[in-house]
Amino acid sequence: MSTQEMEQLVQREYKDGFVTNIESETLPPGLDENTIAFISNKKGEPEWMLEWRLKAYRQWLKMTPPSWAHLDYPPIDYQAISYFSAPKRPEDRPQSLDEVDPKLLETYEKLGIPLHERAALAGVAVDAVFDSVSVVTTFKAELLEAGVVFCSISEAIRDYPELVKRYLGSVVPQADNYFAALNSAVFTDGSFVYVPEGVVCPMELSTYFRINAENTGQFERTLIICEDRAQVSYLEGCTAPMRDENQLHAAVVELVALEDAYIKYSTVQNWYPGDENGVGGIYNFVTKRGDCRGDRSRISWTQVETGSAITWKYPSCVLRGKDSIGEFYSVAVTNGRQQADTGTKMIHIGEGTRSTIVSKGISAGRAEQAYRGQVKVGPRAKGARNFTQCDSLLIGDQCGAHTFPYMEIGNSTAQVEHEATTSKIGEDQLFYCRARGISEEDAVNMIVNGFCKDVFQELPMEFAVEAEALLNVTLEGAVG
Amino acid sequence: MSEDVKRFLDRLSERSANRGPEPSWIAARRQAGAARFEALGFPHRRVEEWKYTDVRNIARGDFVLAKEAEFSPATAATLALPLDAHKLTFVDGIFAPRLSDLADLPDGVQLLPLSQALENNHEAVGGPLGRLTGVDFSPFAALNTAFMEEGAVLRLAPRTVVEKPIVLQFLSRAGEQPVMSHPRILIEAGARSEATVIEHHTGEVAAANFTNLVEEIMLDRGAILTHYKLLESPEQDSHVASMHMELRRDSRFTSFNLCLGGGLVRNDLVSELNGEGAEVIYQGLFHAQGRQHVDNHTLANHNSPRVRSWENYKGILDDRARGVYNSKVVVKRDSSKIVAEQHSANLLLSDRAEIDTKPELEIYNDDVQCAHGATTGQLDEEAVFALRSRGIDEQTARGLLTLAFAGEVMEQVGLDVVAERVELAVAGKLPDRYHLAGLVEAAVALNED
Repeated sequence: MSTQEMEQLVQREYKDGFVTNIESETLPPGLDENTIAFISNKKGEPEWMLEWRLKAYRQWLKMTPPSWAHLDYPPIDYQAISYFSAPKRPEDRPQSLDEVDPKLLETYEKLGIPLHERAALAGVAVDAVFDSVSVVTTFKAELLEAGVVFCSISEAIRDYPELVKRYLGSVVPQADNYFAALNSAVFTDGSFVYVPEGVVCPMELSTYFRINAENTGQFERTLIICEDRAQVSYLEGCTAPMRDENQLHAAVVELVALEDAYIKYSTVQNWYPGDENGVGGIYNFVTKRGDCRGDRSRISWTQVETGSAITWKYPSCVLRGKDSIGEFYSVAVTNGRQQADTGTKMIHIGEGTRSTIVSKGISAGRAEQAYRGQVKVGPRAKGARNFTQCDSLLIGDQCGAHTFPYMEIGNSTAQVEHEATTSKIGEDQLFYCRARGISEEDAVNMIVNGFCKDVFQELPMEFAVEAEALLNVTLEGAVG
Repeated sequence: MSEDVKRFLDRLSERSANRGPEPSWIAARRQAGAARFEALGFPHRRVEEWKYTDVRNIARGDFVLAKEAEFSPATAATLALPLDAHKLTFVDGIFAPRLSDLADLPDGVQLLPLSQALENNHEAVGGPLGRLTGVDFSPFAALNTAFMEEGAVLRLAPRTVVEKPIVLQFLSRAGEQPVMSHPRILIEAGARSEATVIEHHTGEVAAANFTNLVEEIMLDRGAILTHYKLLESPEQDSHVASMHMELRRDSRFTSFNLCLGGGLVRNDLVSELNGEGAEVIYQGLFHAQGRQHVDNHTLANHNSPRVRSWENYKGILDDRARGVYNSKVVVKRDSSKIVAEQHSANLLLSDRAEIDTKPELEIYNDDVQCAHGATTGQLDEEAVFALRSRGIDEQTARGLLTLAFAGEVMEQVGLDVVAERVELAVAGKLPDRYHLAGLVEAAVALNED
C-alpha cells in the first residue's frame, strides 16, 4: 500500500457524521439512586421495575470494570454521563410516518435510509429508536394480527409486565458483568419481541438506532422471546453522528428460544469510530446472549462491525436444550485507531448440541482487533459438536490482529475443531486479478468481500447489500 | 505474607545459614529472587496464566531440601534410558557423581554441575545465569532463583558437534518427608555447534516431591539444538518448569516435550526468535490418567523478520485427568515475513477428563502467514471400521489408533530409545479395555499384510 493511499485513508472523514438539533429533555450528568428513580418515574414504571433497577445499581457499585480485554482506553467517568435524554412530547408520539418530525426523516435521508420507502417496499417493520425513546413503530397492527408483539421495552413493561418479569434478566442477570449491571440500572429503551407458540413472524423485524443528543450514553435493552416452534428474524443497524466526546454505549440483548424455536439476530454496526487520532468515537460495550432453552432450538448471531472506537462485544449462546444449535457469524472491520475485542461464547450444556463460529476480522491502519471466543462443553453435553473458524486479514504494517480462543472440553464424545489464520491479502491473488485487467482497488474489494462471503451469506438480503457497501466504504483507500 | 510463602522462605533461611563462602553476586541474585517471591506469592486461578491450574497442593506442601544423593544403583539402572551418553544425574536436586558419566567429554564441551561452576565462579555462569529467566517471569521462577545452587551447566564451543546425546537425569526418591528441589539448567550453544540434550525426570513410584526447574538455553548463530524432555515422574510428584530459549541468526531449536508422569505438571516454554532465519519447533505429547494434571504453555516471540515457528501438541486424557494447552505466537511490529503454525489435537478417553486449550495469536505485522488448528474429539470411526473389517476386534482397533495418534509426534523423534520408551509408556497407560496384549500381534499382522 502506498503512503499516499494510507494518508487518504487516514484523512477520510466519517460519512454519516452530523447532528440533528431536536430539543431533548436531558438529565444533567451524574448517576445515583435518584437518577434511576427519575428514569423509572419518567417511564411510568411499576414499583417492581424500580426495585429491579436499584438492585442492579447496588451490585454495579460493588463491581470493577473488566480489564482483561485487549483494549486501551482511558477510564470512563460514569458521573460525567447523562443517563436520560428523550425527545420532547413523549405523550403524542406519531402514529404514522406523516406525523414523524420532518427533521428525523431528514436524518434518515442523510443516512441513505429512506424509511418510508424501505418500510413499504421491503415490508419491514421499523421500530426506530431516536435517542432513547421509540418514536415510530410501524406495522404494529399487522404483527399483532399474527400474534407477534413488537414494541419498545418501556411499553412492554407497561403492557406485558408478566412476560417482562419472567424473562428480563433471565439470560443476562443484573450482575452478569460490569456493563450489564450498569445497563440494568439505567436502561432507557430498546425493543421487545414476543413470538407466541407456532408463529413464524411474517416479516423481518428491524430497529435503527441513532445516538443523538451530545454527552448521553445509550443503554438499550432488547428482549426477544420465541415460544415453542416460533421463528423470528431481527435486524439491528446503527449509525451515529460525529461528535467530540467519547460516548458510552452499553446495551444488553437477551434472546430466549424455547422448543424448536429459531431466532436469527443480525447486526450491522457503524457507530462513529472517532477521528484520525481516535478521538470522539463511540465506546461500545455490549452484552448479547441467547439462551436455547428448548430442545432443538436455534439461535443465530450475525454481525458486521465496522464502527466504534472501542468494541467490547461477545454475542453468546447457552445451549441448554437437547440438540439445540448456536451460530455466530461475524465480520469485524477496524481502521484508523479503532480497537475491537469481540468474539463469542458457546456453552454446550445439553446433549447433541451443535455450534458454528465463523469470524472474519479485517484490521487496517493503526487498528487493533482481537477475536476472543470460548467454547465450553460440559460433562453432560454428549455428542456436542463445534466448528470454529477465525481468520484475520491485515492491511498495513501498523495494525494488529489477535486471536484468543478458549476451548474447555469436558466430554469425551464432544468434537471440537478450531482453525485460525492470520495473513495479508495474497500477493498472488492480487497479481492474478491485476493480470486480468482488474484495478487494484476493485481487486482488493473483491478479495476482501470473498474473504467475508461466508458471513455475508448469512445476512438477510437487505443487510447483505448494505454490509458489502459499508465494507467497501470503510476500507476505502486502506488497501492497495 | 501468607503462611505458605513464609514456610518456603523459612526453608530458605535455614539453607542460607548453612552455606559456605560463595561469590557475592550469587547471594545478591538469590535475595532478589526471594524478595520477588515474597511479593508475588503463589499464583492463584484468578491470574490468567494460571486460570486452569491450581497450585495449592504445592503451596501447602511441607517440602524440605534433600541433604544427600543416595540412590540404589540397581533402581537407577532400571529407570535410566539405555543410552550411551554424557550424563549428569541429580537425586532430589543433589548432584550424584556416581550415577553420572563425565568421562570422554569431547573437546569444546563443558558439562558440569552448577554447584561446581558456582564454587569456581566459572565464566559460564556469572553473566548468563538469570539473563533469560528473570525473577519477574513467575513466582516459581523467583522461588527457583531464591534457592538456586544446583543444576547443570552445558557450554558448547563454536563449531562443536557432539555425537553422543547429553542426558540430564533427575531422580525423585520416596521418603518420609517430601522434598523439593530447584534445579537450574544453563545451556550455551556456540555458533554452528550441534547437540542433543535429553532431560529425563523419573523416580521411585511412591515419591511425592516437588521439582521447580528453570532452564535457560542460548543458541548462537547457526547452532542446532534438539531438546527432549521426558517426564516420567512418579504420579504424586509435582513438577513446575520454565524453559527460556534465545535464538540468534539461523539457529534452530527443536523441543520434544513428552509428558507421561507427574501428578501436577506445569511447563512454560518461551522462545525469543531474535535473528533472521531462526527457527523453533515445539513438539509435544502428553498422556494423563487418574487425577493427573498436565499444563503446557508455549510462547514464541517473533522478534526479528524472517523467523519461523512450528508447533504440534497432542494430548491423550483418560479417567479424571485434566490437560491444559496454551500456546501463543507473538509477532512484533517490525517482524515481517513470518511463518508460524500451531497445531493441537486432543483425544478424550473418558467423560470425566477435561482439556482446556487456548491457541493464541498476537500479530502486529501484516506480512505474516500464521495459522493454528486445534481439535478435540474421539478416534475416527471410519478408521475403527477399516481395522475391524480386517478382523481386528474393536477394542484392539481403538488401542492401535490411539497409539497411532501419539505416533504422529513420536515419528519425529530421532532417538529410537526415546521413541520406543514413550510408545511403550503410552501403550502401558492405555485402559485395560484396549486389549493390550493383542496390540503388538495386531500391529505385526498389519505390517505383514
